[in-house]
Amino acid sequence: MAKIIGGITSSHIPAIGNAIANRLFEEPYWKPFFDGYPPIRAWLQKEKPDVAINIYNDHGLGFFLDKMPTFAIGAATQYQNEDEGWGIPQLPPFLGDAKLSWHIIEGMVADEFDITSCQELAVDHGFTVPMQLLWPELSKDPNFPRTVPISANTVQHPIPTLKRAYDFGKALRRALQSYPENIKVVILGTGGLSHQLDGTRAGFINKNFDLMCLEKIVDDPEALTKISRHELVREAGAQGTEFLMWMMMRGALGEKVTSLHRNYHIPISNTAAGTLLLECAA
Amino acid sequence: MSFDQFDQHADIPGTTLFDGSQAIKGYALNKMCYSFNSAKNRAEYLADPEAYFSKYGLSEKQKQACRDKNVLAMIAEGGNIYYLAKFAGIYKLSVQDVGAQQTGMTTEDFKEKLRRAGH
Repeated sequence: MAKIIGGITSSHIPAIGNAIANRLFEEPYWKPFFDGYPPIRAWLQKEKPDVAINIYNDHGLGFFLDKMPTFAIGAATQYQNEDEGWGIPQLPPFLGDAKLSWHIIEGMVADEFDITSCQELAVDHGFTVPMQLLWPELSKDPNFPRTVPISANTVQHPIPTLKRAYDFGKALRRALQSYPENIKVVILGTGGLSHQLDGTRAGFINKNFDLMCLEKIVDDPEALTKISRHELVREAGAQGTEFLMWMMMRGALGEKVTSLHRNYHIPISNTAAGTLLLECAA
Repeated sequence: MSFDQFDQHADIPGTTLFDGSQAIKGYALNKMCYSFNSAKNRAEYLADPEAYFSKYGLSEKQKQACRDKNVLAMIAEGGNIYYLAKFAGIYKLSVQDVGAQQTGMTTEDFKEKLRRAGH
């Protein structure tokens, strides 16, 4: 079976992609953020997962409003990163694992979790920035994993509920546990934490709410499923709804996890950046 | 569950939820902005913005909001921030510039407001 070794959360702000391209790691603005990653990279290099399931939200590259899937799963052998229109450098394609993708799709739909399968999916900064942060050498790193991208809709309301996102993760876990091959899998939940880009409330950040989420997602994620979508927008900001990705990730980890590392920094661009490394019980 | 529980118009200050009614209103504007993922389309737009607005069927209010580069007006006409960001990118406006414009601040003051949120 596929063994889920743990989960990682990371912000995926486009400005990080530019900071990486310009190697701003030691700049005072960036250092407190980038310093959150070496312990996670060390863990990944020790554990060497074969596959990273990258749960992110597309921001208008892979999907448009003509057809907007609530949950979409990549089922390709590779994924292209394409021009997003505002100058973030493009990265080479990412290797997929189509066989695993189709197993997840079969498993989840049989489990009555209906999703959209994608044999072509352009992946945007929501997917690529965390890959760069976690495996800076990308495909030059011999331990660089294959990936399965999973995108959830946070562009257009109605967005999924926090409970549905958490249940998605649980169904993903069941599907992975029935995979016949012995592979190691890490689950990424990208985006967040609190931020708002639009409206006269632009620049809204809510440290207290973020700290509560960082706490609860480790030991009491069920409590977070009680938060309504409107409450999430109110407390986390209009784009803070990306916290749904964290809930999806957490659902896939099973009940007990150990928090091995945590970082929280305000601001990166317009956002409060949160980073967590959660290890699954052996 | 009663029907009013499906209403997405939450009373959250300074916030417009991009829901079905916004999606209908803003479709042409958002479709134009989505096209700016392509460098070829960005060049075509810059060569003749008015022709490009018409090609995508923007309403007069949407056209004026674009001419004015007025983000709040674009949102009022159904614009979704993820697509509007691609429009802003053409003019090299960062998300801090866009935030500053919407809140009536200078970009420097907006950045300072973000920094203060950490304390």
